[in-house]
Amino acid sequence: MQKKRDALPDRGAVLASLAAFSVLSGLGGVLNPYLISLLTIVFLFTFIGQSWSIMLGLGGQLSIGHALFVGIGAYSVAVLNIRYGLSPWFGLVVGMALAATVGAALAWLSFRFEVRGIYFALLTIAAAEFARVVLSGWEFVGAMQGLFFPAQSGPNSLWMLRGDARFYYFVALAAVFLGISVTALIRQSFLGYVWRAMRDDEEASRALGVRTFLHKIVIVSFSGAWAAVGGGLLALVQGSVFPDSIMGMGISVDILVGPVVGGLGTAFGPLVGTLITLPLDHLASAIGNKFGIPGLNNVAYGFALIAAVWLLPDGIVPVMVNLAKSVTRFSWFGYLQMEQVKK
Amino acid sequence: MLILWGNVLVSGILMGLVYGMIALGLTIIFGVIRIVNFAHGAMVVLGLYVGYFAGAWWGIPTIVAAVSAGALLFVFGHSLETSVVKRFVTRPHHIQFILFIGISLVLSGAQLIAFGPDPRPSISHLSFETIALGPIRLDLARLQAAIVAAVMILALAGFLKYSTFGRFIRAAADNRLGGLMVGLPIPKIYAITFGIGAACAGVAGALISPLFDAQPFLAVDFTLLAFVTVIVGGLGSFVGALVGGLTIGLTEAVAALLFAPSLKSALSYGLLMIVLIARPRGFFGAKET
Repeated sequence: MQKKRDALPDRGAVLASLAAFSVLSGLGGVLNPYLISLLTIVFLFTFIGQSWSIMLGLGGQLSIGHALFVGIGAYSVAVLNIRYGLSPWFGLVVGMALAATVGAALAWLSFRFEVRGIYFALLTIAAAEFARVVLSGWEFVGAMQGLFFPAQSGPNSLWMLRGDARFYYFVALAAVFLGISVTALIRQSFLGYVWRAMRDDEEASRALGVRTFLHKIVIVSFSGAWAAVGGGLLALVQGSVFPDSIMGMGISVDILVGPVVGGLGTAFGPLVGTLITLPLDHLASAIGNKFGIPGLNNVAYGFALIAAVWLLPDGIVPVMVNLAKSVTRFSWFGYLQMEQVKK
Repeated sequence: MLILWGNVLVSGILMGLVYGMIALGLTIIFGVIRIVNFAHGAMVVLGLYVGYFAGAWWGIPTIVAAVSAGALLFVFGHSLETSVVKRFVTRPHHIQFILFIGISLVLSGAQLIAFGPDPRPSISHLSFETIALGPIRLDLARLQAAIVAAVMILALAGFLKYSTFGRFIRAAADNRLGGLMVGLPIPKIYAITFGIGAACAGVAGALISPLFDAQPFLAVDFTLLAFVTVIVGGLGSFVGALVGGLTIGLTEAVAALLFAPSLKSALSYGLLMIVLIARPRGFFGAKET
C-alpha cells in the first residue's frame, strides 16, 4: 500500500506545481522588465539549486563549491558560441559532459579513501577556487577580461537561444519545472531509493549490496552535469562570463542558500527559498545604495541568513505545508486529502 | 642565484608561520567543536584593522597591537559562541555553513560600513627595514610577525599540553560524550575554544598589518587560505596546521619566484590537489570520528 502511493507523485504536489507554473507563466506576460529579469535569475538559481539539493537531499553529499560546475557549463557555452559560433545547445551538451567528468573525477578522488562529509565539502570549494584561479589566468577564455556574447539582434531564436528578457524568462521557467519533474521522478525511481538508503546509512546499504562508491560518483557527476546546464543558461542571460562572477565563492553560496531556506528535500524548497532569498539580497543592495552606505546590504543579508537557519530549522516549505494542513483540515479539500493527512 | 633562493625560502617560512597560526585557529575550533568556522577570514581582517588603527592612530607597536587584537577577538569569539554558535553545534553541516556565511557577511559588512571599501596601506616603518643575516636579508615586519606567531603557537601548545584546562579541551576533542560523563564543563570548554580560535585569527591578522593593506574584501581570501592550509596539513591536527602553513608559505614564495606572483594561489590549490591524491586526509589528518 505504501509502495503504491509512493509510486506516483502525490496529487497535491502535481496540482500545486501546475498552479505555480500557470501563475508564473501568466506573470511573464504582465510584469515590468526589472521584475522579469530578477525572476529569470531567481529561476536559474532555483534550477541550479535543485541540482545541489538532489546531491545533498537524496545523495547525502554536501557541496559548497557548486560554482565549479556552473562555471564549467557557462564557459563551455561561451567559448563554443563566441569563439566558434556554435549553437549554445552544443555548449550545454559539452558542458554537461565536462562537468560530469570533473564531478566523477572529484568524487573518485575523495571517496576512494573514504574522504566524506565536511572533508568532501571543503574539497569541492578548493576545486572551485582552483578552477577560478586557472580561468583567471587563461587568455584563450578571456582571463580576467571575460568573454562577451554579441549583442542580441533579430528575432528570438530557440536554436541559438538568443532573445529578449521575456524569452529568457520562459526558458528559465521551463528549466525550473523540468527540474521539479526530474527531482520527483528520481525520488520515486530505483536510483532514488538506493540513494536515500545510502544517505541514511551507508554501511547498511553496502551490506545489502549497494555499490555505494559507484553510486556516490554517479550522484556527484549527475548533479554536476545538471548544474552545468544552469550555468550555461546563466551565461546566456548575463551576456558575459567572468571567472569571479560565475565561479566565485559568492555563487556557491547563492546556490545553496535558496534550497536550505526553502526546505531541504522538498520539491518546492529550492523555488520557494530562492524566490525569497535572492530578491531579499537585491532589496538589501538597493537599500544600501539608497542610503549610500556600502556594506549595509551585507549586514542585512547576513542577519537574514542567520535568522533563517535559527528560526526555521527545516525551512519554509514544511512550515507552509503544516499551515495549509491545519487550515484545510476540516474543509472539503481536507476531507478529500484525509487519507494522506494522517501519518 | 643561491642567495635569491635562500631569501625567498626564508621569507616563505616566515609567512608560513603566520599562515600556520591562522590555520591553527580554524583547526582548533574544528578539532574540539566539530564546526568549520567559515567566518575565519573575516576575523583575520578584524585583527588586521586592529593592527592598522593601533599603528596609524596611536603609534602602538605591532606586537602590542597583536596582543590586544588577540584579547579582543577572544572576547568576541567567546560571546559569539555562547550567544549563537552553541545552538548550532549539533546541526547538519550545511546549516552551519549558512550560519557562518551569515556571520561572515555581517562582519565584513560592518567593517565596510565602519572603515569604507578603500584599502588602507600600512604606514608602519617596519615594512621598509631589513636586517642582514649573512647573505640573507630579512624583512623586519615579516621576521617580527613570524617570531610572535611562533611564540604564541608554543604558548598555546604548552597551554593545551600542560594546563588543566588545556587537558579538558583535549579531552573534549577526543570524546565529547566521555567528557560529559566525567563532568567536564563542555559548554565552557566550547566557548573558550572558540575564543582561542578567534584569537589566533586576530593575532595573525594584527601581525601581518604591516604587510597587507587592510580591506574588508580580503576576508574570503583569508578564509580560503586557511582552508587550503588545514586541508593540506590535516583538519583537526595541531601539528598539521603548522606544517600546512609552512608548506603553503613556501609554495607561495617559490611560485612567486618561478612564475607570476598572481599565480601563487593557483599553485597552492594545485599543491592541495596533489596532497589529496597522495594523502587524502592531509599530512596529519586524523581518522574520521
